[in-house]
Amino acid sequence: MGSSSSFWNVAYRQAMKSGVFVAKVYSFLHVTTTYLAFPAVAFGPSMIPTLHPSGNVVLAERISTRSRKLSRGDVIVLQSPEDPNKIPIKRVIGLEGDCESFVVDPEKNDESRTIVVPKGHVWVQGDHTQNSRDSRIFGPLPYGLIRGRVLWRLWPFQDFGPIDDHNLKK
Amino acid sequence: MGIQTLIWQVTKKAFTGGIIGLTISDRFCSVVPVRGDSMSPTFNPQRDSYLDDYVLVDKFCLKDYKFARGDVVVFSSPSHYKERYIKRIVGMPGEWISSTEDVIRVPEGHCWVEGDNKASSLDSRTFGPIPLGLIGGRVTRVVWPPQRLSKIGG
Repeated sequence: MGSSSSFWNVAYRQAMKSGVFVAKVYSFLHVTTTYLAFPAVAFGPSMIPTLHPSGNVVLAERISTRSRKLSRGDVIVLQSPEDPNKIPIKRVIGLEGDCESFVVDPEKNDESRTIVVPKGHVWVQGDHTQNSRDSRIFGPLPYGLIRGRVLWRLWPFQDFGPIDDHNLKK
Repeated sequence: MGIQTLIWQVTKKAFTGGIIGLTISDRFCSVVPVRGDSMSPTFNPQRDSYLDDYVLVDKFCLKDYKFARGDVVVFSSPSHYKERYIKRIVGMPGEWISSTEDVIRVPEGHCWVEGDNKASSLDSRTFGPIPLGLIGGRVTRVVWPPQRLSKIGG
């Protein structure tokens, strides 16, 4: 009786230690990816030539988005206003107060519209405007939907390097 | 030497506890105070702020953004993303909302929110439908003061 109860004691203590270890690892990963930086997989044609349509892994940081230090030309990871489960990557073209003119439906005609980006919003567009769902379709993006700023392409290795700002920063 | 290691141990434990607590608050549930009377009488039925309700906000719903009309949610303001509001969803995507002048259709990926106290609430009637991505959690219970402990139904 003495040895069996100490077996369960030891087993219980081991389970608790493993549980605490898992909790620590999970929490550390959560805090790092939510408040510091996280990797993201990007695929699709809307950011050609900056990102490859068959896929890139990029590194995005959260620090400038929490302190509002975004500028024109930044490539950002955002939550789509059309579907909160979709996480597109687009480029910031205009900040609040900017006037944005765009062609509403390039395949139909040349009708264009001009919008002033409201307070607390940004205007985003894909680099490959012919095939990109962005602010020209869903309007200015509220700041609260921005999830991070893309810094580097990590994979594939021939694409490794920083994301350029298309000379939009002045 | 002993004091230094003691301080280091305490600091390590506090840091770990803080990180775990932050993760629980972000991923599982957190407790937030309700300010103002825009959700009266559901929250803060009397105007004295020292008796503000504290509510439990569930974060599991953020996994796939499954909400329903009638849910009380916490969300970031579309124009001031650091400000957070608590209101009730009264319109889901595709539904029609009648406002003073006309009828509005709630777009895909958005919802229409209004305070229960319509006379004193800044909500979708002013800033329009909000993207579901701005929602930060669903209110499930009132946890303080003890005499107002209750479950918030759908």
